[in-house]
Amino acid sequence: MLLWYFGHMPTTYAETWFPVLIQILIALAVASAMIGLSALLGRHVRDPIKFMPYESGMNPVGNARERFSVKFYLVAMVFILFDIEAIFLYPWAVVYRQLRLFAFFEMLLFIVLVLCGFFYIWKKGVLDWSSDEQRRQQREAEIRRAA
Amino acid sequence: MFGNFQPASVEYLRFLPEILLSAFGIIIMMLEAVSKGKRTYLGVIALIGIAAAFAANAWAYFNGGPAFQNMILIDGYGAFFRGLVLVVGFLCILAAFSYLEREHAQTGEYYALILFSLVGQCILSTSTDLIMVFIGLEISSIATYILAGFLRDDTRNNESALKYFLLGSFATAFLLYGIAWIYGLTGSTNLEEIRRGLTQGTQPLVLIGLAAALLFVGFAFKVSVAPFQVWTPDVYQGAAAPVTAFLSAGPKAAAFAIFFRVFLTSFRPFSDRWLPLVWGCALATMIIGNFAALLQTNIKRLLGYSSIAHAGYVMIAFTAASQIGTAAAMFYLASYALMNIGAFAIISHIAGRNERHVKLEDLAGLGRREPVISALLAVFVFSLIGVPLTGGFFGKFYVFQAALNSHLVWLTVLGLINSAIAAYYYLKILLAVYMQEPATIAQESLPAPAPSLLVAIWASAIGTLFLGIFPSAVLSFASLSAAPFR
Repeated sequence: MLLWYFGHMPTTYAETWFPVLIQILIALAVASAMIGLSALLGRHVRDPIKFMPYESGMNPVGNARERFSVKFYLVAMVFILFDIEAIFLYPWAVVYRQLRLFAFFEMLLFIVLVLCGFFYIWKKGVLDWSSDEQRRQQREAEIRRAA
Repeated sequence: MFGNFQPASVEYLRFLPEILLSAFGIIIMMLEAVSKGKRTYLGVIALIGIAAAFAANAWAYFNGGPAFQNMILIDGYGAFFRGLVLVVGFLCILAAFSYLEREHAQTGEYYALILFSLVGQCILSTSTDLIMVFIGLEISSIATYILAGFLRDDTRNNESALKYFLLGSFATAFLLYGIAWIYGLTGSTNLEEIRRGLTQGTQPLVLIGLAAALLFVGFAFKVSVAPFQVWTPDVYQGAAAPVTAFLSAGPKAAAFAIFFRVFLTSFRPFSDRWLPLVWGCALATMIIGNFAALLQTNIKRLLGYSSIAHAGYVMIAFTAASQIGTAAAMFYLASYALMNIGAFAIISHIAGRNERHVKLEDLAGLGRREPVISALLAVFVFSLIGVPLTGGFFGKFYVFQAALNSHLVWLTVLGLINSAIAAYYYLKILLAVYMQEPATIAQESLPAPAPSLLVAIWASAIGTLFLGIFPSAVLSFASLSAAPFR
């Protein structure tokens, strides 16, 4: 079917929108695979927290002026940094054909530098939100509060 | 369009100092992430990196020329400032070893940030394109914002970093807006092409003035020229002493380098319009800096205001707008960097742990307790005043000479009066050191200064005296390389 499609220019209305149909199908497949696989293979924890409405990991009911961990800012900052760095890939991809190997090696260098930054934050413990022990205690406290 | 895009290898070699500094900075960051225990060796790596960059800079000077489609230009002027900021970085790292040890902040980030900041300052010194100017300024600034708040548990550091960051990014926005206007008026960001576009074109003078004014605000903030100097004393007082030494010498020299280059290249044809403004700024900067410094009791704050005043003297050389004016400014910035780093290095030592002793009265009786350190402090203070046989004297001498050459008699007279006023508060420091008795008998004795700190202080002192006794070596290089800016 795909071979047939790319073999000639789209002529009819249906043919023009055929790629969109394929995209919808792929999206459906990926989404159902994610949900289905995690339902089949995932660990099931049924405690009061799991049954709370989801609100970005925060308790949705309570005082709005609660203090929350500085780690949220850290993660937000790291996200913005890597997000902006990833943006550079787009203009690079646009001019890649004209620049060829030169651009390839420049981008390779750039990505190595980004990975250096990633290695640094990883080793500095930015990605470790808490130790296992801390996590267990926090969870127990939250369960007690939610119950 | 991209036919000649791939740079020749010589262009990479002209850019080698920046490449080396970045590489060493990243290596230090990686090593910092994996190393446990003492981090002093990371500082040694940083020193090696700066020395390598210095050698590369010398090589680049002898093989000078443009690189990366006229984005940067390695000429004598650029190489001079690149060398200067590298020396500044070297001394500030050397002076920081024992300081960081004392404050329990011996981490690789300090060295990496200094190197990254130097990258930005090297780019600023050599760039001939407003885009590169902006990138260089940002690289330099962002690293220094973090450095200003380096001791993150210290509230003074936090205050300093926050003020510097907020005001600094605000000023950078002005610069960027100015660049946008320039691009709109001339269709170029290259300094030479902007000059051509502005002289040949028929753009309204008001818009050219607006663009120039926006750029002026951005640069004037970075070099703390009035009326954009307000941040300086707060930031200098709050930051850790070795960081203050760096802030007052490196970024300032690099920002002045590009300030001169932009205004004496792109806006030179309109200089009769903007020079009166610079004249006023020079005067206001000197007066505000000196008179406010008279009232200070905190040494770091005092030197912060003195830094503003010295920016005013450099602005006199700017107002001269001549080859010898630019050369005088180069010489002045070199000697100012050395004496200021020396003074701050000494302060970082005598301030004691947690920088408790930074008041003028804490200096009382220092002359008897620490004769060698006091004598060296006297050298730097004399140089800041402008006493003969020190670099500060010839710096002022050449600046005023250049001003007289450009018939700025009034500005010269007012500048001389100002430097006489400045002598009062500088002598207050020496008065405390040599004439006053300590208020409390039980003053804690200082530990002996670390060898690395002593090397930094002695090197600054010898450099200051060298510039004061043999000024011609540096000056002749400066005036040779200032030829494009008249």
